[in-house]
Amino acid sequence: MAHDSHEYIPEIAVDRNGNEHVVQGWQGDNYGGKLGFWLFMLTEVMMFGAMFMVLTYYFTLHHADFIKASSELDRTLGGINTVVLLISALTMGLGLLKMRSGDVKGAKLMIWATMLLAVIFLGVKALEWTNDYKEGIFLGLQGLQSGNEFSKPFGEILFFGMYFTMTGLHGFHIIIGIGLMLWLLKRINSGKVTPEHNILHFNIALYWDLVHLIWVFVFPYFYMTGAGAIHG
Amino acid sequence: MSKSYFDETHCAFGHPKSTFMQWMLTVDHKRIGIMYAVVMFTFFFVAVAAALTMRFELFAPGQQFIDAHTFNQAFTLHGVIMVFLFIIPGIPAVFGNIVMPLMIGAKDVSFPRLNWFTFWLYIIGCIVALSSLFNFNIADGKLVFNFADTGWTFYAPYSLNTDTNVVTALVAAFILGMASILTGLNFLVTIHRLRAPGMDFFKMPLFVWGIYATAWIQLLATPVVGITLILALLEKYFGIGIFDPSKGGDPVLFQHLFWIYSHPAVYLMILPAFGIMSEIIPAFSRREIFGYHTIALSSASIAGVGYLVWGHHLFTSGMSDTAKTIFSFLTFFVAIPTGVKFYDWVATMYKGKIVLATPMLWALGTMITFAIGGLSGVTIAMIGADIHLQDTYYTIAHFHYAMLGGVVFLFFAGIHYWFPLVFGKMYNETRAKLAFYILFIGFNLLWFPMFIAGYYGMPRRYFDYLPEFQIYHQISFWGAIIFVSGLIFMFYTLIQGIRKGKPCGVNPWNATTLEWHLPSSPPPLENHTKVPYVDFRPYEYYHGQPVVKFDENMKRID
Ligand code: HEM
Ligand SMILES: [Cu+2]
Repeated sequence: MAHDSHEYIPEIAVDRNGNEHVVQGWQGDNYGGKLGFWLFMLTEVMMFGAMFMVLTYYFTLHHADFIKASSELDRTLGGINTVVLLISALTMGLGLLKMRSGDVKGAKLMIWATMLLAVIFLGVKALEWTNDYKEGIFLGLQGLQSGNEFSKPFGEILFFGMYFTMTGLHGFHIIIGIGLMLWLLKRINSGKVTPEHNILHFNIALYWDLVHLIWVFVFPYFYMTGAGAIHG
Repeated sequence: MSKSYFDETHCAFGHPKSTFMQWMLTVDHKRIGIMYAVVMFTFFFVAVAAALTMRFELFAPGQQFIDAHTFNQAFTLHGVIMVFLFIIPGIPAVFGNIVMPLMIGAKDVSFPRLNWFTFWLYIIGCIVALSSLFNFNIADGKLVFNFADTGWTFYAPYSLNTDTNVVTALVAAFILGMASILTGLNFLVTIHRLRAPGMDFFKMPLFVWGIYATAWIQLLATPVVGITLILALLEKYFGIGIFDPSKGGDPVLFQHLFWIYSHPAVYLMILPAFGIMSEIIPAFSRREIFGYHTIALSSASIAGVGYLVWGHHLFTSGMSDTAKTIFSFLTFFVAIPTGVKFYDWVATMYKGKIVLATPMLWALGTMITFAIGGLSGVTIAMIGADIHLQDTYYTIAHFHYAMLGGVVFLFFAGIHYWFPLVFGKMYNETRAKLAFYILFIGFNLLWFPMFIAGYYGMPRRYFDYLPEFQIYHQISFWGAIIFVSGLIFMFYTLIQGIRKGKPCGVNPWNATTLEWHLPSSPPPLENHTKVPYVDFRPYEYYHGQPVVKFDENMKRID
């Protein structure tokens, strides 16, 4: 029995006129692999979409609080992270191009570069969260709980609550991405991913683009709504 | 005799020798489907036991066997299991897995390993759900029953404040949701990629259409409820105030997000069930299905419009009148494609050679019960009527007619229809038919009185009631007893069929779709040894006989 996808020989179906038609098997179905991953991306979009909807809803209710809370975020660090992620999307894409053109070594280099940028992103994020924490802004701290003397206004609690939830979830996706890239490198080294069979590389690049795309929405939504507001 | 998929299998990894490990690691879609069925029906009986407990308690006004709090936990347990563990994986997980690839001439689903992983994700979800049943009290080493008491809807703010195990129940629902998403994804790719050559979308059997429409709902709606449950968890731990009004949040927002998923979810349950109906009706009328295209497209449009009707669960929430009117209108609108299907089925039977075999009995019975369930749904889509009927037993009766009398009955129909395919044996038809009649009578006794009680104002989720409702609850109680006896008898008959049934050959029902043209019975590991070229419609009969015939190489010979 053919277990290995490389030995797989597609079957032929013959119609009544004797014409032959190739039967698509699940083995080695690159198009199917891509389709599946695109569909998976769609679920991610729905998930983040729902959170953006919640956010928009509360933004209409607590306009002023949201702007004030947003103005307290660190736009410099957030901006740096945006650039870092943007470059990482570039390196990821270049890696895929190199893989396709047969330059496996270059592709691996680019994946390492992407991972490095991802780690930098997480580092900056950690720094940012630590600063927030020092200022008393973090999930579970009194400032972000209603009904005590340190409580911020409702709108701000909501804003920061969603901020930590969504950037946290986004950060989680970055961590998963790093894991995926390590796995990809392993597969490349063991010859399972090659310039001809690069579907895994393609899908992980797609994933990385989505992670980056989500950030492109997160950044203006959280950091920029309060830009230009007077610090208070 | 040739080897079947019971004798050999492919595994996710390794080549284990023991039969047990071969089942645990199998990637074969047929085996995975069977394992889903075993687990799901085990939980089904747990949920039935919880329901029976409630029915005992409701036999008379006042407290009988359990106190009010336990009653709340009982209906939550019943609802959570029935919905999240049983009927959402439901027909897709069992027959979507077992039959759908066979129907399109595929060797397996597109991602067999992912399918294996999904099954185990489902099991993990089940385990987490079970773990939320009890709290372990370290002080005196006792297990305390502490299941959530929120109802299966987990409405905020109560779910954020109760000390029962809501958290684990939410996590379980989230994991089960992930499993459902992955199942949908796998099926979508399978249906897009692995159809036999020549089989375009409008040559697919209608069950495949049902699974296809369902898979889109699984994929697009489930993430929304998943994230809602996560937000509820974060809110519970960190007091963000998204849903809790005392913290500035909006509880109605929770309801919106919850029903954006959970309403499409009911179509996710019913569409594959309708698919089963559309298989059985032509096969046992020996006639080509009437209005193939309208049935196929109505599945798609039910899935589409079904997205936009969730607000009918919020008529009493203080939502704006404009929104109510729109949601009410759209809800009426979904009834149209559903009605189209009904007329198509009836028209298929007209002048057909009807064979009253067990699957057909189930299908016909369901046409009655689901018609009641569906039409009563239209009555509560009217805003005025719903203000009175929401949260009464009328609504409960409505959805039991739709879920139990619709989805579960058609599930049973499917079990009786594909049983010979899966096991290569036939159950005792006389007994199976008797079981149908018992269940059908029991079911109507169990739920019809509740329409009346609800109409007169018997509220749902109450463990006590006014004496005037007693007669309805007592009829309902006896109905439940008959129903559960029928269930036990039916499963007994099926299990006897597995153990002692007579071999039945590959196509005992004279059906036309590809899953009945396998080389041997039960099917071999990799399904059709030769894949046919599909240049025919799925249900071609001529004078009560299947038109399309194949030789052993799956070449047409008619
Ligand atoms: C064996 C047959 C069944 C019986 C005797 C039964 C009985 C009941 C009863 C007595 C209630 C409580 C009503 C209340 O107090 O509000 C209930 C609620 C419910 N049942 Fe069933 N049921 C059965 C099958 C099913 C099935 C197959 C489903 C599948 C979806 C289901 C889903 C539900 C749900 C979602 C609730 C609402 C729980 C809640 O209020 O949170 N039931 N059922
Ligand atoms: Cu609904």
